[in-house]
Amino acid sequence: MEKVLFAHVDNPQQHRIETYLAAGGYQALPKILREYKPDDVIDLIKKSGLRGRGGAGFPAGMKWSFVPKTSPKPKYLCCNADESEPGTCKDRVLMESDPHLVVEGIIIAAYAIQAHQAFIYIRGEFVFPAARMEQAVEEAYARGYLGKNILGSGYDLDLVVHTGGGAYICGEETALLSSLEGDRGLSRIRPPFPAIEGLYGCPTVVNNVETLANVPLIVNRGVDWFRSHGTEKSPGTKIFSLSGNIKRPGNYEVDLGTPLSYIINELGGGVPDGRTLKAIIPGGSSTPLLLPHQIDTPLDFESVAQAGSMLGSGAIIVIDDGACMVWTAMKLINFYQHESCGKCTPCREGTAWLKQLINRIEDGNGRPGDIDLILDICGNIMGRTICPLGDAAVMPTESIIKLFRNEFEYHIEHKTCLVKTSYPLA
Amino acid sequence: MILSGDTIRQIKARMDRYPTRRSAILPALTAAYRQVGHLNPAIYREIARVMDVPYIEIAEAASFYTMFPKHEVGRYLIQVCHNISCSLRGADNLIAYIESKLGIALGETTSDKLFTLISVECLGGCSAAPMMQINDTYYENLTRARVDEIIAQLRTEAGQDGG
Repeated sequence: MEKVLFAHVDNPQQHRIETYLAAGGYQALPKILREYKPDDVIDLIKKSGLRGRGGAGFPAGMKWSFVPKTSPKPKYLCCNADESEPGTCKDRVLMESDPHLVVEGIIIAAYAIQAHQAFIYIRGEFVFPAARMEQAVEEAYARGYLGKNILGSGYDLDLVVHTGGGAYICGEETALLSSLEGDRGLSRIRPPFPAIEGLYGCPTVVNNVETLANVPLIVNRGVDWFRSHGTEKSPGTKIFSLSGNIKRPGNYEVDLGTPLSYIINELGGGVPDGRTLKAIIPGGSSTPLLLPHQIDTPLDFESVAQAGSMLGSGAIIVIDDGACMVWTAMKLINFYQHESCGKCTPCREGTAWLKQLINRIEDGNGRPGDIDLILDICGNIMGRTICPLGDAAVMPTESIIKLFRNEFEYHIEHKTCLVKTSYPLA
Repeated sequence: MILSGDTIRQIKARMDRYPTRRSAILPALTAAYRQVGHLNPAIYREIARVMDVPYIEIAEAASFYTMFPKHEVGRYLIQVCHNISCSLRGADNLIAYIESKLGIALGETTSDKLFTLISVECLGGCSAAPMMQINDTYYENLTRARVDEIIAQLRTEAGQDGG
C-alpha cells in the first residue's frame, strides 16, 4: 500500500528544510499562491473529500468555508497538536519526522481562510516534537515561506508554536482556544462555532495535524489521486496507532477502508503467542469496543460506525484474554475523571462517581446494584455536557459493561477477578 | 527574585508574539517551570509583575495544568504512564519495579533528592509502551534492564555535576 504522509518517515534528515525541498516539498505553496484564489483552495479541499483526522471526521473544506469572508475581524488558523487521546501517537511522528509537511499544510490552510496569524498548539509533554516544529518554522521564515509577503505574493502569515500544560481537554477545539487565550482550558458552548467566534472572539479554524499534512499532497497530486485512496465517503489514507497486546505495535499508514484484521494480523503480527484476542478499541479510548468477530470491519468512518463504534483518531488498542475487563474499565474511567475540566456538573460529578464505583468493584468491594447504578450515571452524563469529554467517558464504560457484564457480576459476587490481569514487565 | 534574567527575557519575547499578552501566560509558566523545576505562588507573583497581568490570572491558569509540579521535586521527575496501552504492556509492574529499585512509593522523592516518582495519564507513546518521561525526555519500550540502565546513567550524570 502506498505511503503518502509517511513517504519519508524513515529518512532521519527529512525534518530539515533542504531535505524536504529536495523531496519536492514547498511546491504546493507557490502553486497555491500563484494560481489559486482563497476560495479555489477551499473548493479543492471540499472536492477532495478530506475529513478531519482528529476524531470527528468533519469535512475540512466545509469547515474552512464557514469562516465569514466579509468579517472585518482578523481570522486565525490553529493546528491542533494536543495529541492526548489514549492510544493515539501519530501526530507526534508526523511532527518529528516531517514537520515541514505540517508547516506547508498550515500555510495553505491559513491562506484559504485568509488568516494572517496561525498557531500550532502542541501538548506540553511533547518537548522534542515541539522543538522540531520550532526549527521547521524558523527555517520556513528564513526561506520566505512565512512572514511578510510570502514568495512575493503579498500574502502575510505569522506562525507561533505554542505548548500546552498537560490537559487532555485542550485537544477539544473550544478548550484549546480558551487555553491559547491564557485561561484554564475550559470548553465553550457552541454555537457560536469557532468559525464565527473563536480565538479572541474572531473567526477561527482548528484542524488536526494529520488533516493539515494531507493538504500539500492534495495540491501537488490532485483530487483524483487523493480519491484513489480510501472509500468514496472516507477518501485518503489514515495513520493508525496500533498499541496494546500486539506483537508489532507501531504507527501504520493505510488506505481508509482497510480491514481492521489487516492492521492487527498482517502489520501488527496478531496478539502475542499463546494469547487470544478478546476485544479491540478501534478509535482511541473514547470509542466503544469491538469484538473478535468484527475484526474484518473496514476502517472508514461509515463502516466503523455501522459496527457500533467510531473511527475516532485511529488509535487501535488491542486487548487479549489476559485482561480483566473491570480492570480495563477502571483504567479508562480513572483517566476521564482526571481529565474532566470540571465545568459541567454531569461530567465533573459523574466521572468521579463512575470512578468510585468501578474502582470499588475492581477492589472487591462492589455491591449488588452497582452495575445498574453505573449505567444510570452514564445515562445522566451522555449528551448533557458542553463538550464531548463526558460522552467519551460514557461510551467505553457502557460498551464494556454491555459486552462483558458477566465479569462485573463475577467481581461483585466473588470479590475477585474472573480473569486475573497480569502483564509482566520484560 | 526567583526568575532569572533569561527566563524573564523569554517571557517578554513570547508576549510580543501574541495578539494579547494573556496568551503568553502558559508559555511563561512553562519557561518558569523549565528554570525552577516546579511552580509556586511566589513564582506566579513574579510572572504577574513581568507580564503586568493580575496575580490571580496566573495562579488560576497554573492550578489547571497538571504538567507543572506545584512543589519541589527531585532533580529527575520520573513520570510513568499508567494508562491503558501502557498497562496492557506491564505498566503496573514497571511502576512497582521502579518503586522497589528506588525505595520510594509513588509521589515520593528519594532522600538524596535525585528522583521523584509519579504516575501520569497517557503521554502519547502508546505504540512504544510501556514508557515514561523523565524531565523533558521520553523513554520507551521499557524493560527492567533498560530501567536499570537509565537510572544508572542519571546517577552518573548527577554525580559528574557534583550531585
